[in-house]
Amino acid sequence: MTRPAILAPRGPGDRVSALFWRHPRLFTALLLAPPLIWLGVVYLGSLAALLLQSFYSIDEFSGLINREFTLATYAELFRPQNMDIIIRTLTMAAMVTLGAAVIGFPIAYYAARYARGHWKAMFYLGIMLPLWSSYLVKVYAWKLILAKEGILNWAVDSIGASFILSGILALPVVGGNSLSTSYIGTWMVFLYIWLPYMILPMQASLERVPTSMLEASSDLGATQFQTFRTVILPLALPGVIAGSIFTFSLTMGDYIVPQIIGNSARMIGQAVYQLQGTAGNIPLAAAFAVVPILIMLVYLTIARRKGAFDAL
Amino acid sequence: MLSDRASWGLKAAAIGGLLFLHLPILLIFLYAFTTDERTYQFPPPGLTTQWFAVAWNRADIWPPLYLSLKVAVISTAMALVLGTLCAAAMARASFFGRDQISLLIILPIALPGIITGMSLRSAFAIMEIPFSTWTIVLGHATFCIVIVYNNAVARFRRLSGSIIEASLDLGANGFQTFRHVLLPNLGSAMLAGGMLAFALSFDEVIVTTFTAGQQSTLPIWMLNELVRPRQRPVTNVVAIAVFVTTFVPILIAFYLTRGGSETAGGGK
Repeated sequence: MTRPAILAPRGPGDRVSALFWRHPRLFTALLLAPPLIWLGVVYLGSLAALLLQSFYSIDEFSGLINREFTLATYAELFRPQNMDIIIRTLTMAAMVTLGAAVIGFPIAYYAARYARGHWKAMFYLGIMLPLWSSYLVKVYAWKLILAKEGILNWAVDSIGASFILSGILALPVVGGNSLSTSYIGTWMVFLYIWLPYMILPMQASLERVPTSMLEASSDLGATQFQTFRTVILPLALPGVIAGSIFTFSLTMGDYIVPQIIGNSARMIGQAVYQLQGTAGNIPLAAAFAVVPILIMLVYLTIARRKGAFDAL
Repeated sequence: MLSDRASWGLKAAAIGGLLFLHLPILLIFLYAFTTDERTYQFPPPGLTTQWFAVAWNRADIWPPLYLSLKVAVISTAMALVLGTLCAAAMARASFFGRDQISLLIILPIALPGIITGMSLRSAFAIMEIPFSTWTIVLGHATFCIVIVYNNAVARFRRLSGSIIEASLDLGANGFQTFRHVLLPNLGSAMLAGGMLAFALSFDEVIVTTFTAGQQSTLPIWMLNELVRPRQRPVTNVVAIAVFVTTFVPILIAFYLTRGGSETAGGGK
């Protein structure tokens, strides 16, 4: 008895499978349709709504949203107090990024080059766990640390270094009454929360620096500092830029850290939150939210040219 | 000369950095046992375990906890379906618009949460949608998709295409292949993605404040306590609960994907 090379379909399941096998594009389209419809409608749709709202304005007398196209809301962003908010936020984001790169580098370098076996796994978990663990719990921990009667002041008093802390707090602009009400405090908490996002891409790019290059550099008589400046740093730069995308963007969009730790000067996130909530001025809140989008678009374009996306 | 051993300075900086990342969390645990409920005095004047009982009996904690769990479960389930479908398509051959689609998937976590939140808020305002559990879910599911997607797509890439062809050659149809070949291989990556998505959703506060209206999830409850503290150690007990509820799924996810690169650099 001869058996046919192609078996007859045994049921609807076989027929559908055969249809997909013959039309792989149809199958791909069917797989993609639900997630794309979701992201397209919910996410892109809301982004479009954000843009739309930012071109509306608020009627100053009735407090109602005036649904007519206007650039007046964007013009409000250029008022001095609003420009202050934007500049303050960008400065903070840049400082946090810088701090994270400096503090993160030794960790990333050690993990990439020297840690082996169990230590390597320890370092990996040691960076990933703080990254994933609860955001609010981390902020709360810092409220405990920076409180006036808290552990930091206690430690500083115990070792008799309170004059150093007072000296730092007496600095103009960045200082304040206490760490929990100064820019330094806000900066420290941001640094703590976003540091792992800087370390991971930095470590990934450092892993790819060949040891032979470091050997060649030292064979040719370079000091450790010269090797660092002329070999390691240029090769690690894409990783640093990739990490800076996260630290910069996350700092720029945060409103909880500066609300809990810091002085009363607002950042973009707080402005957006207060405007849409208590003030009920959704158009201006939307216009404020467009600012980080534009800045990140510019940032990502530059980062892409520097090859940062290969380090992700 | 190039040394194979790290210098003491580098070692100290690396270990110091790691301690900086971990020590603050320990304070949360310590303060849950303090007898002082008005300030954050260190060292604590005394130790007690009474706050766990007090927290248990506080009626205002339970509804936010239920809401958070409900939102996290629904969002994770939706993200599992949508993220895995997306990964299945993206792991296959290249097609037109593939790069744009991958950009669209990562956008909700690449842009700051406040943009996602404010966008949804704008859309609800324009369409006059009242706040409900579902408005929260809408936001959470959107940024959870990418977490599941990252895990699933890495597994799809490691998965050899030949086992699927072998299954088809042996006469299984697409559904049987999915059930008996694909799913067992994909299962642990989906579970890991689901765990991470759950942890992320359970803990999320920035997007949630824009989509919740007057409702209170557990992180929003915590945020209110941070701004206007009442019984401070009770907040610590809740913080420990939130920490453990997110920590355990994360550890399980790492255990499930160890050896692979699924979670590496996944980003939140």
